[in-house]
Amino acid sequence: MTQLAKKDKVFFPFGQQLSFDRMRQYGLILALVVLFIVMSLVADNFFAVSNLMNIARQLSVTSIASVGMTLVILIGGIDLSVGSILALSGVMAAMMYSSIESPFLALFVGVLAGAAVGFFNGFVTAKGQIAGFITTLATMSAIRGLSYIFTDGMPISETSPSFIYIGTGYFWGIPIPIYIMIIILLLGSYIVKFTRFGRYIYAIGGNEQTSKWSGLKVDRVKIYVYTISGLLTGLAGVILASRLASGQPSAGDGFELDVIAGVIVGGTSLSGGKGNISGTFIGVLLIGILGNGLTLLNVSSYYQMVIKGGIIILAVLLDTLGRRGKD
Amino acid sequence: MKSILSMKNISKSFSGVKVLDNAQLEINEGEVHALMGANGAGKSTLMKILTGIYQKDEGAILLGNGDGELKGIEFQFPLQALEKGISMIYQEFNLVDNLSIAENIFLGREPINSLKHIDWKKMFQESKKYLEKIGMEIDTKLKVGKLSTAQKQSVEIAKCLSLNSRIIIMDEPTASLTDYEIKNLFNLIKDLKKKGYSIIYISHRMEEIFSITDRITVMKDGCYVNTLKTSDTTENELVRLMVGKEVITQTRDNASKVNKNKETIFSVKNVSSKSLLQNINFNLNKGEILGFFGLVGAGRTELARVIFGIDKMEYGEVWIEGEMVNIKNPYEATRHHIGLVPEDRKDLGLILNLPIKNNMSLTKLRYLNPFILRKQLENRMSTQYINDLSIATSGPNQITAELSGGNQQKVVIAKWLSVSPKILILDEPTRGIDIGAKNEIYKLMGKLVDEGMSIIMISSELPEILNVSDRVIVMHEGKITFDHKNIGLDQETILQYAMGVRK
Repeated sequence: MTQLAKKDKVFFPFGQQLSFDRMRQYGLILALVVLFIVMSLVADNFFAVSNLMNIARQLSVTSIASVGMTLVILIGGIDLSVGSILALSGVMAAMMYSSIESPFLALFVGVLAGAAVGFFNGFVTAKGQIAGFITTLATMSAIRGLSYIFTDGMPISETSPSFIYIGTGYFWGIPIPIYIMIIILLLGSYIVKFTRFGRYIYAIGGNEQTSKWSGLKVDRVKIYVYTISGLLTGLAGVILASRLASGQPSAGDGFELDVIAGVIVGGTSLSGGKGNISGTFIGVLLIGILGNGLTLLNVSSYYQMVIKGGIIILAVLLDTLGRRGKD
Repeated sequence: MKSILSMKNISKSFSGVKVLDNAQLEINEGEVHALMGANGAGKSTLMKILTGIYQKDEGAILLGNGDGELKGIEFQFPLQALEKGISMIYQEFNLVDNLSIAENIFLGREPINSLKHIDWKKMFQESKKYLEKIGMEIDTKLKVGKLSTAQKQSVEIAKCLSLNSRIIIMDEPTASLTDYEIKNLFNLIKDLKKKGYSIIYISHRMEEIFSITDRITVMKDGCYVNTLKTSDTTENELVRLMVGKEVITQTRDNASKVNKNKETIFSVKNVSSKSLLQNINFNLNKGEILGFFGLVGAGRTELARVIFGIDKMEYGEVWIEGEMVNIKNPYEATRHHIGLVPEDRKDLGLILNLPIKNNMSLTKLRYLNPFILRKQLENRMSTQYINDLSIATSGPNQITAELSGGNQQKVVIAKWLSVSPKILILDEPTRGIDIGAKNEIYKLMGKLVDEGMSIIMISSELPEILNVSDRVIVMHEGKITFDHKNIGLDQETILQYAMGVRK
């Protein structure tokens, strides 16, 4: 009996017993539905197709980056440089397109720039045995600086149809970024659930020492994870630049906060080893829809910042309380 | 001689296991009293009760008040023991490197002037006074981080004096001192003794015990054995008391068989490490259990870490099946079919928040398809180990943290069995495990070597070493002092080598 009590299960009316984490995930979905209904009722334009498309397009950028961030947080790290990478890759893609006019090369260079920064983050973090927080805090500043240097601080406007297609185009009536987002979400979900790499991520986040003592190449996994985060953010950056028809060195200011908030609200534990991609997606949706709704309701962005901060604290508290309950 | 401290019939249990059973200790004013016993004898638990870190379950602590009268006393927390004049100096000092000597001595009770500010002048003067008392002349504004080990120890002793301690407990005080520094320390101890301080001296080093202490209390398995006058006893008598009456000669059934067909699978040649190991040489034969005995700090775990590629090998060679190998990290070690079940299974052996099956397959995954996890195979494999090792669990999906210690240990072992290592190193495989699970693990080890695996078992329990090993190696202060097949061995001989009495 004591064994059962320890497992922290809650009785559920449908006859199943649910773990704290499951409960939390259902709670999130419920919150999302409630939020959606409330917003539809109180904000006039919320349910309009144009607004929903707008939300979806905005969220696709955040969602794509949040998949990488989920991996990073799962191994017990954090990537603060995603906002700067978003700017750098957009700028690089726009510059590339201006000189060569190949949308594929522009995409490639933008994504590569993101992956390169991610690799640098991972390499320094793993080999230098530095906290990811510090490494990415440094690159956050350095990469933002580089973006301004490359552009002389001016946005690089690029309005040609083939450049803006990936960000603004439609396919069967649905924006292209949505397709990309869905593919990345499914791919990310597959990686964490069904591959060896995914298992290693949870293992390292759960206990890095044990993973090392079990013969895992911990450094290599860390480098891969940060590189993936950089790569996906790079992709998100190209999509954003394409949608805005310009590579802006100031893009993505505070973006890391949105991404991290989505991941944490989605139930991924900041101490690593616990969480999943579907949770992250719900978290990103929740924060995105809340932001959109508040904007429609004319709530000033200053208040929105305060609300976002409050939500993050609430989510982290929930996580620690959940863990404490288990001990 | 006036008695100043008397601990009577002290008993203490941790989660049902009795670690102290009617322990006793009697200390006189102005004496140096040695506390001896093998690993797990209960010395440190007894001292933790004396210093208020643990609370006793039964028994009484009587403390002298200066006029030879003893009074019963109860400690709820460490500060109370300090206030009553009992201090302990740990092997790893309790000093803050970034603070000055004076600040360390008065940490938490800094003298205050009339303005409620720290009275620095008084603090420096007072510290100087205490340091001079123990014959140390040094600028008390110096940062402790800049001091040598011996100087730090002196600061600790000065701190004890400033606390008006009458009983000072020293835990292995000479462990990292040079010969010259040891001589100085001993002179200081003799001086303190003359001034009426009592010292409880915990050490494994026989020479020191005989050169500095007045009386010796021997403990074994949490029980009081005897208290002797140092001048009336011998090294061999002490070892005999620490081992106890049972001088049983035990042999594993196939010890003779194994040692006959000697086929070396693994050898270590001239291995040294920066920290501790000196010129280690040994062979591991195929299908044998090689027991490594030694006291805490003898270097057995360090050796395992070097072999497994966790720590750097400063010098030496490792050979596996006639081939020299260069193991720089655990990944390489596992590639050469070495497995290691670490002593600290919760922090180094398991990922507690993950299910059993994830832990068991962690080592195996690299041999399987990286893109498609074969969850059925994993389930089957885990279920089989759960049955084979009779792990008490609700199933392969149970979170590992929920298992008992013995079952957790079995999960760690299963993790290695899944990749069928040729060489398995088990560091304290039965520590903190109940007797039933212990026997199951012994039986399993026997089965594994019968199937051709070779096992290195590090253990601090003499009966375990003698019951399970085919051959026994003893380490003392980073060196191998004994290597013999387990025929006709007894606990006393082994302990003598472990304590450096015989070399």
